[in-house]
Amino acid sequence: MDLSSINWLLLIAALMVGATPILLAAIGELVVERSGVLNLGVEGMMITGAICGFAVAVKTGSPALGFLGGALGGAVLSLVFGLLTQVFLSNQVATGLALTLFGLGLSALMGQSYVGIRPPATPKLDLGPLSDIPVLGPILFRHDPMIYISILIVALVWAVLFRTRAGLILRATGESAEAAHALGYRVIRIRLLAIACGGALAGLGGAYLSLVRVPQWTEGMTAGAGWIALALVVFASWRPWRVLIGAYLFGGLTVLQLNLQAAGMKMPVEYLSMSPYIITILVLVLISSGRGRISTSAPAALGRTFHAST
Amino acid sequence: MTTLFTADGLTKAYPGVVANDDVSFSVGPGEIHALLGENGAGKSTLVKTIFGLVKPDRGAMTLHGAPFAPADPSAARRAGVAMVFQHFSLFDALSVAENVGLGMENPPPLGRLARRITEVSREYGLPLDPSRRVGDLSAGERQRVEIVRCLLQDPKLLIMDEPTSVLTPQEVEILFRTLNQLSDEGTAILYISHKLDEIRTLCERATILRRGAVVATCRPSEASSAELAELMVGSALSRPERPAETPGGTILEVTGLTLPPASAFGTRLQDVSFTVGAGEILGIGGVAGNGQDELLAALSGEMPSAEGAIRLEGADIGRTGPRERRALGLLTGPEERLGHAAAPDMSLTENATLTGWQREELTRNGLIRWGRARDFAERIIAEFDVRTPGPDAAARALSGGNLQKFVIGREILQRPRVLVVNQPTWGVDAAAAAAIRQALLDLAREGSAVVVVSQDLDEILEVAGRFAALNGGRLSEPVPADGLTMERIGLMLGGAHDMEAAHAGAPHA
Repeated sequence: MDLSSINWLLLIAALMVGATPILLAAIGELVVERSGVLNLGVEGMMITGAICGFAVAVKTGSPALGFLGGALGGAVLSLVFGLLTQVFLSNQVATGLALTLFGLGLSALMGQSYVGIRPPATPKLDLGPLSDIPVLGPILFRHDPMIYISILIVALVWAVLFRTRAGLILRATGESAEAAHALGYRVIRIRLLAIACGGALAGLGGAYLSLVRVPQWTEGMTAGAGWIALALVVFASWRPWRVLIGAYLFGGLTVLQLNLQAAGMKMPVEYLSMSPYIITILVLVLISSGRGRISTSAPAALGRTFHAST
Repeated sequence: MTTLFTADGLTKAYPGVVANDDVSFSVGPGEIHALLGENGAGKSTLVKTIFGLVKPDRGAMTLHGAPFAPADPSAARRAGVAMVFQHFSLFDALSVAENVGLGMENPPPLGRLARRITEVSREYGLPLDPSRRVGDLSAGERQRVEIVRCLLQDPKLLIMDEPTSVLTPQEVEILFRTLNQLSDEGTAILYISHKLDEIRTLCERATILRRGAVVATCRPSEASSAELAELMVGSALSRPERPAETPGGTILEVTGLTLPPASAFGTRLQDVSFTVGAGEILGIGGVAGNGQDELLAALSGEMPSAEGAIRLEGADIGRTGPRERRALGLLTGPEERLGHAAAPDMSLTENATLTGWQREELTRNGLIRWGRARDFAERIIAEFDVRTPGPDAAARALSGGNLQKFVIGREILQRPRVLVVNQPTWGVDAAAAAAIRQALLDLAREGSAVVVVSQDLDEILEVAGRFAALNGGRLSEPVPADGLTMERIGLMLGGAHDMEAAHAGAPHA
């Protein structure tokens, strides 16, 4: 195996691109879970966002409108979940799983006429002299705008959750829906907004996948990214900045695996593809064993159906 | 007398039950007014109506002489009505300041809010650290958070729903001083309770509710507790009689029991030791969250303990599970009726089978003998006067008192050597509570050992021969219950934590 054949600068730059879809989906799911709702349909919302974004971009020729379309597609699908779980009080886990399967099927149907087309290219952001800085330039300053937007979104989510009253109310709803209701907050409305926000971000992540990362449409192209995003939220113990770190770590593993493959590593690459999931399972075991602070960081009302009794 | 608040003909019906039936009463400014009634008398529905959580079917309210019909709690808060809930509406993972801010209409920024909390809590003798996590606070401290949250909004009418059920006697005294101070400043207080002595010392007037309707309005200080109780229940109550105990040999022996907390906000049991003899009832008192759940789990076998820590008639059962312990005769009745003591959606027959199958031989070769199981359930229903259509009814369909009679009766009929119950009469009406206490006394008279864990000190004094206090996971030395005063018990329960000092300097102390 020839490690010198790997261009480490390009690898780190590729890592950011590889991590962005998971990052967007995970930060969205974090908002949802902080409000006390467990939406397991991230994969379905991502793939729906991927095809919606792709279709809009191809039809209009504008990647920006494409991203918007992707976010909208994800949000609409997530509201199906919201309607079922919040208004009709269906089980969140079962509904979330159904949403994933539904999203995969729906996107395959919608995408039939888009297979094999190239989308309009998303231009790189021109940062002038910054891009020419040695080492840092290629790593940090030669990307498309979505990479920077995704980091801004993480910052925004953090600020809203922990620095504003709206975020406080959202977190309180996730801690105890009953108590929030008793204080006069509209639990169902808050949760529906959180779900829609999570859906939009998952859709945005999906659109990034089909418009920038790959970039083309193939059936089932998310290939488990939604599940990694779900695991990532737990892994990051429901904290926005940790989601960023975690996404880049997991994204890094995916990119590294491709490069190692190219460099002719003898070990089957499947081991590396498995690694994010194995790490996730280990983390989940650590959490449910109840040791340390991580087990107490989950929103207390996560996944519990709320029904106002009065 | 001027009036601050009036309710006129409030009526609210739920399917199958009229929670409030034509309720009218009035509260004057600065008055401490009691709403007295049994569980299910409609007190909670009434105050929820005032706080805008429930809309009445009929009737009207006025505040300051103007019509008052809050659409939601925030409208009620804007009008100057504040409420301290019985089950705290607090968020464990958030800080005191964040919790307070969530209950306010227009909270100031966190920093300024924290300073206001410190000021107000000092002024009223309820010290609080605004930056602490609520999950780490004691029950008394949590209540202070609720009260301070209300005080910061400068309420004209403060509703307190059963505020003393989680407090030690000393904490109750401090709370009363705070309430009197508020009343002197002109804040009216609507005080809900079923504890008659409290109401007689604190309240100027009382409105008594029975089955949703007002049955009397009186001056509690001029009535005896017995008179009030009769108005509340509708008939004179017979107190269970406690015979002189002659404990036989030791049946249950616990030595040096130490256990880690059951949950993130639980309490570690530290070196708990006690013995219970045949025919004896040991009462274990304490404010919730001081290790009751852990103690129950250790005794029932849900959490294994160290070898030799628990002995039943000399045999070491420290490491055996609930099933083996049941077979040996150690039965338990946990606190939570729905979900722990009984499976809510299963029928009474099925619930009877779940704990009774071993001792009542309700199974053979792994198959359930439904006929015997049904007979067992019917026997419980008949002997413990459980009001239900029959053994096929789902546990969920029973009222709290009836289900409690059923789950306690289920264990008693299995002729336990030791019966451990936690909060046996929590949320149960007075008649059912008296029946349950009598059943426990009868069980002890027949030679079983009984451990009653309860927050209700009156209950413990009524049934227990000896009393021990559980405080911060440690159990005090059991002492004879006869001649114990509330004050002594309060001190055993850890007194008032750090509240005493704060009031010493206050002008109203």
